[in-house]
Amino acid sequence: MELQNQNNFQVSANARTLAFTLMGIGGALAGIGVGLGIGEDHFLTRVMTNGLINAFFFFAIGLGALFFLALNYAVEAGWYVAVKRVIESVALYLPYGIAVFGGVLLIITVLHGAHIYTWMDGEVVAEDKIIQGKSSYLNVVFFWIRSLVYFSIYLWFLRGFRKRSLEEDAVGGSDIHFKNYRQGATFLVFFAVFSSTSAWDWLMSIDVHWFSTLFGWYTFSGMWVSALVVIVLTVIYLKKEGYLPQVNESHIHDIGKWVFAISFLWSYMWFSQYMLIWYANIGEEVTYYVMRTENYKFLYFGMFFINFVFPMLILMSRDAKRDAGILTFVGIVILVGHWLDVYIMVSAGSLGANAQLGILELGMLLLMAGLFIYVLLKNLSKAPLTPVNHPFLDESMHHEF
Amino acid sequence: MAEKIIYAMYGDDEVLKSSAKKLVSGGIKIAEVYSPFPVHGIDSIIGVKGTRLGIMAFLYGLTGLTLATIGMRYFMVVEWKMNIGGKPNFSYVENILAFIPVSFEFTVLCAAHGMAITYLLLNRTLPGMPAQNPDPRTTDNKFVLEIRLSEQTIAEAKIDELLKDTGFEELEKKITE
Repeated sequence: MELQNQNNFQVSANARTLAFTLMGIGGALAGIGVGLGIGEDHFLTRVMTNGLINAFFFFAIGLGALFFLALNYAVEAGWYVAVKRVIESVALYLPYGIAVFGGVLLIITVLHGAHIYTWMDGEVVAEDKIIQGKSSYLNVVFFWIRSLVYFSIYLWFLRGFRKRSLEEDAVGGSDIHFKNYRQGATFLVFFAVFSSTSAWDWLMSIDVHWFSTLFGWYTFSGMWVSALVVIVLTVIYLKKEGYLPQVNESHIHDIGKWVFAISFLWSYMWFSQYMLIWYANIGEEVTYYVMRTENYKFLYFGMFFINFVFPMLILMSRDAKRDAGILTFVGIVILVGHWLDVYIMVSAGSLGANAQLGILELGMLLLMAGLFIYVLLKNLSKAPLTPVNHPFLDESMHHEF
Repeated sequence: MAEKIIYAMYGDDEVLKSSAKKLVSGGIKIAEVYSPFPVHGIDSIIGVKGTRLGIMAFLYGLTGLTLATIGMRYFMVVEWKMNIGGKPNFSYVENILAFIPVSFEFTVLCAAHGMAITYLLLNRTLPGMPAQNPDPRTTDNKFVLEIRLSEQTIAEAKIDELLKDTGFEELEKKITE
């Protein structure tokens, strides 16, 4: 009976209250923000920019978790089995994330780009030779075809992974494991292309004159580390509540190492993009950074500092990666850092020097964070936390180093 | 000084580990274990002190970073102002981005080589150094426990008694000069 209770997560009243409070405060702040800001110049663009930032940020966390799940299937990892249901639950935010994100994209499309995607605006395109040259790729119809293809393929794989994961609990055996192995590898093939092209479509096309080949990998590493942070925070929370008895310090240490390593990957991408463009010093390319270093100097370099130096210095030692308190602290700090990264990516392109960081921004972030937490908790409660028939469960339970 | 050493040879790392556990709980101090590959967990059983190689790695890395900075500043800014892509060539700090990749690589180079050489030196396994292992088979498929009688607080007869049922394949006693 005791084990049964530890295995079936139930959303506690406190957690539910937290999620609804976040949504309530967020909604109220966003309402105040709209009330204060309405009538300002660029107000509609500001609202849609915020919608895009938060819809994308949380969608990307779900997508990062889906990628991480597929990666673990493809490499037939053993250690992660004890936390597999947590990864699944984060990934299962995707249907909601896609609904919100798709909705925001739809409104932006109806508003002819809302000065975010200027290439959607016929009047702008008519006077812009550079956009005309890209219009065979960047046009509304093809953009939506691509977006729908990304969304449906992500959802199709997610549905298959989840279905087989629950089926495995019931029937056992190794057929499902090998099917997951093949499907995981297939997903990675799709994702290898889509992670780049979707980042170009959704984020890079905001700065429509500018392009960077590694932009997709930069965005991808950011979403991956955000997803890992959410996974480790959820595991720590569940441990604290008395769930996940099989998860030991070594599992937490392992996810901590992932956070540490992918923070470096992200920093490496950030620096590579920045340094090459700074060195070549070509007018078309440097505009992107001139905008950011002139109007967002403090935020832009502060964000880099938070996302690189923080995890590097604090998570370097073995003991820190095993300490729930330190991991929680660093995790929350770099989650804010990566939100700021998305914030600057989007609003420096759409609003430029007119961007603000005020009540509206905070309100919409809290609103989406509340929704995300609520969906995540609900997802956790939908299936037992231990995949009882996973062939590597035994290995994972004895994971120690 | 003459010293008596007991070598117990095992054919399996798990047997070695359980044997080491038993001996240590019986109050015997194990001086060394020779094995063809790293045996996970053996270090905490026989009470090996945590390594300080990490501190050395940091110092070597710092040396590399310092050397790279001094060198690049001298070559590219002081001695002959190198004009690359029209960047301001009179200042190291304003061009710091260009120097970061080399600094990073040289830091890693020095840390890695310094650490590897220190490791080999401490273990006396640099190329050409005489072998330390008591039996050449410990580089193949055998594991050897080394017990030095001078380090023990209990009598030799008692040690033999404890060793008897641990499943060793060979037992050798040696007196060193």
